[in-house]
Amino acid sequence: MAVTPQTVEELTRAEPRRAGWTGAVLDFIRQRPLGAIGGGIIVVMVAVAATAGLLAPYNPLANDYAAMLSPPNAEHWLGTDAHGRDVLTRILYGSRTALMVGLGASLIGAVLGALIGVASAYFGGRVDLIVQRIMDVFFAFPVIILALAVVAVLGTGAGNVILAIATPMVPRCARVVRSSALSVREMPYIDAARAAGFGHRRIILRHMLPNVMAPLLIMATAFLGEAILLEASLSFLGLGVQEPTAAWGLMLRGAAVEFAESAPWMAIFPGLAISLAVFGFNLFGDSLRDALDPRLRTQ
Amino acid sequence: MKRLAGLLALAAGALLTLSAQAQTPRSGGELVFPVPSEPPSYDGHREETFGLIHPIAPFYNTLLRVDPNDPGGTKPYPSIAESWTVSQDGKTYTFKLRRGVKFHDGSDLTSKDVKASYDKIIFPPPGVGSTRKGQYAVVEKIEAPDPATVVFRLKQSSGSFLVGLASPWNFIYKADILAKDPHWYEKNIMGSGPFTFVEHVKGSHVVGKKNPNYWDKGKPYLDGFRAIFMRESAAQVAAVRGERAHIQFRGFTPKDRDNLKAALGDKITVQESPWDCILMVGINHEKKPFDDKRVRRALSLALDRHGASTALSQIAIVKAVAGVQVPGTPFATPPEELNKLAGYWTDAEKSRAEAKRLLREAGVPDGFQFTFTNRGIPMPYEPLGVWMIDQWRRIGLNVQQQVIEPAAYFGVIRKGDSQVHMDFQCGYIVEPDLDMYKFLSSDRNPANYGRYKDPVLDALYDKQSGETNVEKRKQLIRQFEKRLLDEEAHYLMTLQWHRIIPHSAKVKGWTITPSHYLNNTLDTVWLAE
Amino acid sequence: MGYYILKRLLAMIPTLIGVAVLIFILLRVVPGDVVEARYLTQGSQFQSQDLMDIERKKLGLDQPLWKQFTTWMTGLARLDFGLSMWTGAPITEEIKLRFALSLQLAIMASLLAQLLAIPLGILAAVKQDTWVDYAVRVFSIAGLATPSFWLGIVMILTMLIVFKWVPPMVFTPLWVNPWENLAQLIWPALAVGYRYSAVGTRMMRSAMLEVLREDYIRTARAKGLWLKLILVRHALKNAILPVLTVMSLEFAFLLGGLVVTEQVFNLNGLGMLFVEAISRRDYTLTQALVMLVATFFLIVNFVVDIAYAWLDPRIRYR
Repeated sequence: MAVTPQTVEELTRAEPRRAGWTGAVLDFIRQRPLGAIGGGIIVVMVAVAATAGLLAPYNPLANDYAAMLSPPNAEHWLGTDAHGRDVLTRILYGSRTALMVGLGASLIGAVLGALIGVASAYFGGRVDLIVQRIMDVFFAFPVIILALAVVAVLGTGAGNVILAIATPMVPRCARVVRSSALSVREMPYIDAARAAGFGHRRIILRHMLPNVMAPLLIMATAFLGEAILLEASLSFLGLGVQEPTAAWGLMLRGAAVEFAESAPWMAIFPGLAISLAVFGFNLFGDSLRDALDPRLRTQ
Repeated sequence: MKRLAGLLALAAGALLTLSAQAQTPRSGGELVFPVPSEPPSYDGHREETFGLIHPIAPFYNTLLRVDPNDPGGTKPYPSIAESWTVSQDGKTYTFKLRRGVKFHDGSDLTSKDVKASYDKIIFPPPGVGSTRKGQYAVVEKIEAPDPATVVFRLKQSSGSFLVGLASPWNFIYKADILAKDPHWYEKNIMGSGPFTFVEHVKGSHVVGKKNPNYWDKGKPYLDGFRAIFMRESAAQVAAVRGERAHIQFRGFTPKDRDNLKAALGDKITVQESPWDCILMVGINHEKKPFDDKRVRRALSLALDRHGASTALSQIAIVKAVAGVQVPGTPFATPPEELNKLAGYWTDAEKSRAEAKRLLREAGVPDGFQFTFTNRGIPMPYEPLGVWMIDQWRRIGLNVQQQVIEPAAYFGVIRKGDSQVHMDFQCGYIVEPDLDMYKFLSSDRNPANYGRYKDPVLDALYDKQSGETNVEKRKQLIRQFEKRLLDEEAHYLMTLQWHRIIPHSAKVKGWTITPSHYLNNTLDTVWLAE
Repeated sequence: MGYYILKRLLAMIPTLIGVAVLIFILLRVVPGDVVEARYLTQGSQFQSQDLMDIERKKLGLDQPLWKQFTTWMTGLARLDFGLSMWTGAPITEEIKLRFALSLQLAIMASLLAQLLAIPLGILAAVKQDTWVDYAVRVFSIAGLATPSFWLGIVMILTMLIVFKWVPPMVFTPLWVNPWENLAQLIWPALAVGYRYSAVGTRMMRSAMLEVLREDYIRTARAKGLWLKLILVRHALKNAILPVLTVMSLEFAFLLGGLVVTEQVFNLNGLGMLFVEAISRRDYTLTQALVMLVATFFLIVNFVVDIAYAWLDPRIRYR
């Protein structure tokens, strides 16, 4: 960086660093407003999921045919669906399903992918080559097809959906982590650890894994958004979470599409909920990537 | 009184259709209709899907057909067979065939073709599959003594045999072709029907052209037809709405009907009828606590069918509250008697209280959890599932739904792993022998997924099957129904499907029946200006 | 260079074999088979076990697994994909029309995506951290966040309510009637293209940012050259490469990955064929489709790698 009068001024004018966690958070909000918005959305979503029981005015499973297909009104702020269930309640409870599936799939996919990626990079040679080929095989399947195939084998339902969504995530995560891990592997302290007689497992878990956390974190946040979308798609197809569970993708199925003209609230609100959630995760992840990637910092 | 009303409604419907037909049919025009699924092969003896019937039935004739002008869809009617006689002991059926019936290749259709076709259905040669073989197990042999006569010899008399011959699936094929290659008709079409085959473009359409040498002089009225394969119902509705198609022969949802009526007003005629399809709750008697009939009765008592009929008929293709027969048909139980059975009471609160009491008595704890296995088909399985689970929740049962995709569904149910599951039945004709066969003991009928044995029920079935006096038969059927649905609650009926066909007002000469497999030869259909 | 090409081509083969083995095993593990799917659907009272056994024999399903696999693989080697288990028709026939539709949709969506992504990405990079940057990022992330099938439903709804118009529901190929064809495909292409543009915009932005920091750019700016000129002649040339890479890879995924969009817009494409084939347990058709999509994906990957290596001599994989 050339030393110009402007930059010297900028340097001397540097803001005093604020202390501790609050400082970090406030800094983050100021420097990256978009990421802060994303983070805010995530926090709200988690809060809603945790307190859905307190917030929701009705039981998400209770049918009320006398009130079926009502537009938003005083009793039902977002209207009711084809079975008279309160849309607002189901959206609030739906956040639980979304988070559970999203976090579950993301976690499993990221952890598994990271382990495979790091191990592959660490052992190198023949092992690396074989693992790479296997990952390539999974990579060549379009995401939704792989998820569909897993659902066909395991069956529908929340647990199986988590596995189905995690499956295409694993090779993608493995690939990214592997390239990061490769650079770590060249570090001298890895050789030193080997020389000291540390086992493979210890080195991988305690030395290599922590160093690939940055790209892993970015991937995981991106996955969360993808996972929520994928769950919505699978439920929309009827292959994901099943009735009468409250799940956003499920709410978009069947009657929501059929009655879209006369009762659009059934289709609009769940879609907005999905979009908002994924939007939040993506904004946050985007800013996270910007923050952790030194090359993209502002001058 | 209600029964009279039902009959009057049917009669009124028939009168309206008849009066519509009182106008002179006009020749000409091509009927265009969407078909939701494509036939896997062309062989009616092998397939079970309406995706075959709708585009392919117009190319063939059957020995007997169901009266096309009867909205009840229960009367056998002459087709290739002109008339028939039954022997005194009921074991010999002699059919006199029409003269002058020709296949599309010009050759004559005679009794040997009828015999060859039915031999293929009832006594298929090795390597040839026949889906309905079991339905005609009562046939001992078929004879063709002369070119215009066919004789069916039965092992014993059967009240439903004649109706069985009116099956729309029993296409009459050419004997010479079957002799050379019994699989020929899977990939080729050559019949004697009112239309000749023009083309089938895979994934797109089937086209048929008027058969100028059809034996029923003056028919068909249409110049031809075009069956277009459209998988999504939204597309089918859009086609009718945009006046690019005239009619869809399976059925639309209530919302589709309302949309079409709103969009096209007078240009749309709506025909509705109870459908010969119903979903039932099958209960695995081998799993506790469902071996206890109090628990099964409770499950039925919890379902407020009358309330559901009003609500669900707005969002799904179901409507009428039904027993073992399609409401409005000759052997159906009239509402005032039906409402005495468990689960059919008009007082839903009383019903639920009784259900809870029975559960307590049977020792089922509050919050008891079980799994309801449902089939992965959106309409109407999904809405019915949501309804029932909520109804059971109200009597303190915690029900999880497990949805299995159609291809794997019956495989799972057959194994007997499920506790409570959704079962279904669709018929091509309303006849108690056919409709009630499903509920016989599992050693007699392997398709009884409830896995129970009830000799009393079996005896009632056999008695009604052999009973020729209509009134006595009705009484026996009512007893059967009472035992099945009320006393033992082996199976629970949900709601009868409801067939809604909104079609272009130009389409005349087509009468709706309870079955979407019937009335698809299109010979009586004509297009007004 | 030739050696590199050969190496990459050979590397595809074990991957393809791996895909073949994986889908073969996966399908056999799934409960139910095509015969059950066809004959057990009606739950009919009159099922016959022998009918199902006859059908199984005809389709070769009674053979031991390794034999079924080798029969299929040898067929593949001769480019004979066999017959669909559900319809009995040659698989190439079943796939032909749907492939044309899916390919056209993928191309249209990709083009739209790039038309959006490239200018927006450049804009966001040049105006980094201004409200323009934020607006572009919000716009593109909204595209990533919105489920394309929901967007499709909203689109159709809007057109119905506002314009009283429904897109044509029957597919006319491009060469038959280009107007009808485009009228049908433009909407799913927009819904999908918007979504995929987000990936491209992000990449374009970060690639441009990286390039804009390079010394030679600064030198040019210091010399006072027009920003626009700099952009077009220097920055873009270097930044475009990774973007095109990513977008080509996304294009490869579009071929089989549009299952839900096809359902919403009633398109008879490869995605829905996949779902139908799997739900009918049509092993041969599913296997053929998977091989087709995987091969397509690998070929696109290959072409991109080669183009990359050719355009940027600094990159040569060992």
